[in-house]
Amino acid sequence: MKRRAALVSIALAPVVWGARGAHADEADFDKAMRSFLAGAKPIESRVTLRIEPLVDNGNSVPVTVAVDHPMAADLHIREIALFNEKNPQPDIAVFQLTPMNGRAEVVTRIRLAGTQRVAAIARASDGQCYLRTLDVIVTTAACVEMD
Amino acid sequence: MAAAIISLPAAIRRGDIVTVRALIQHPMETGYRRDAGGILLPRDLIRRFTCHVIEGDARMLAFSAELHAAIAANPLIAFSLKADRDCVLEFQWSGDNGFVHRESRSVRFLA
Amino acid sequence: MSVDGWMTGTKTPFEKGGRPRQWAGGFAAFAIAMTGIAAHAQPSDPRKSGTEYLSPATRALQSNDAENPAMLWVKAGEALFNEKPGADRKSCADCHTATVRPLKGIAAGYPRFSIAANRPLNLSMQINLCRQQHQKAATLQHESRELVSLETYVAHQSRGQPIAPWRDARMSQAFINGERHFKTRIGALDLSCADCHDRQAGKQLAGNVIPQAHPTAYPLYRLEWQGVGTLSRRIRNCMSGVRAEPFAHASAEMIELETYLASRAAGMTLETPGVRP
Repeated sequence: MKRRAALVSIALAPVVWGARGAHADEADFDKAMRSFLAGAKPIESRVTLRIEPLVDNGNSVPVTVAVDHPMAADLHIREIALFNEKNPQPDIAVFQLTPMNGRAEVVTRIRLAGTQRVAAIARASDGQCYLRTLDVIVTTAACVEMD
Repeated sequence: MAAAIISLPAAIRRGDIVTVRALIQHPMETGYRRDAGGILLPRDLIRRFTCHVIEGDARMLAFSAELHAAIAANPLIAFSLKADRDCVLEFQWSGDNGFVHRESRSVRFLA
Repeated sequence: MSVDGWMTGTKTPFEKGGRPRQWAGGFAAFAIAMTGIAAHAQPSDPRKSGTEYLSPATRALQSNDAENPAMLWVKAGEALFNEKPGADRKSCADCHTATVRPLKGIAAGYPRFSIAANRPLNLSMQINLCRQQHQKAATLQHESRELVSLETYVAHQSRGQPIAPWRDARMSQAFINGERHFKTRIGALDLSCADCHDRQAGKQLAGNVIPQAHPTAYPLYRLEWQGVGTLSRRIRNCMSGVRAEPFAHASAEMIELETYLASRAAGMTLETPGVRP
């Protein structure tokens, strides 16, 4: 019994991000997205946001964003921005694309301090913005480093 | 010096849309973590990544990114490129504490 | 031969029938021994590498060299391997070429008894010994970026090779002590390695599965570390996890435990560099 309790206590021990107190709230998340949109009204379509629904460790979460959109000189995706709801800062990255990319797709790895929403916004050269949000569950590792 | 790995497909045909993967060794220290003694570790981030296409005298920005603390340590950035010209790709990562790292790769097509 | 030692717990892989077996050394005898060990790593083998417990995303990360962040340490290690750091102006590569003292398979045989040091060494310690003896260079700190990079590069050269503990009677005591460390309850939580990794293996602890503790992919990239570390570092994490005083890097106890783990994993495939949560 004692040992079972011990295992649970290990499970509850760690903190991934290391932040104490500091985290973005929903208002920051919305504010960051509004700032990027700069008045544009996003459409919830065209963007595919791929993240494993259940993540091993929030220190490195693979993310793929793909936008089903032409990448021609006269009409293409210019920017793809990623935001999170609960890290200390809502901004993750902004990728600037050109017609030379041929396809509007980026892959990276991000940090997520706990279970939260992630948003991807794509801005096309005609000013139209496209949005996709996703809920991600982040579990924590056991027996983390203490020395 | 940081190690970086650029990966391109082994065989590229003219007109292919290829995936370029850029991986670099960097702590991406957030500025929110404390060391074992409780001292806040100063922020140390790569802030910007660029990929230029060099064709003769022309130097064109093909892809770039602004990175924040939520990008994982040892950042991976992968993106597409339409391989329609003989060119050299120039990659640059830059950030806090004067960090700059450059790599370049030639794009060669299958005969 | 070798796996029965850890399964029965009565004989070490380094002796048979209680009589220490001297191996003549030399690569030929070593290679023959390895062929025997490899036969144990069959699909019916109940032993599982930690890789088999990974989520699909983490497993994909390990298997793709273009995305595995530990490959950055391999690349940095390769550069260091070719540098001439010491007074003797000799690089590692000057002694270890493709044909003379090749690296392939080397890492799979550690920990190993060192005549020069007169004790068993793990690969980190051997690299430092090489620096002192053959390069007249300063030793590198345990878990420093340089030493971990060198070790990751060297171990990567054995990727795909079976783990092959060096059969040497002088390792026998290290194995016996290592097995005792593995089975001794320690720390405020009063847990032994065996309590979790033998008896609870495959079950969940926090978000992850408890693995069988086979050192098949070290040095490896832990997402928690946000970098690459050695087996010693991982063992120290486990020990602080159960609230025990961790063995020091390069201590006799640490090498003994690593010796026992290597014997338990004899014949399993080395996968360096791994990725773990």
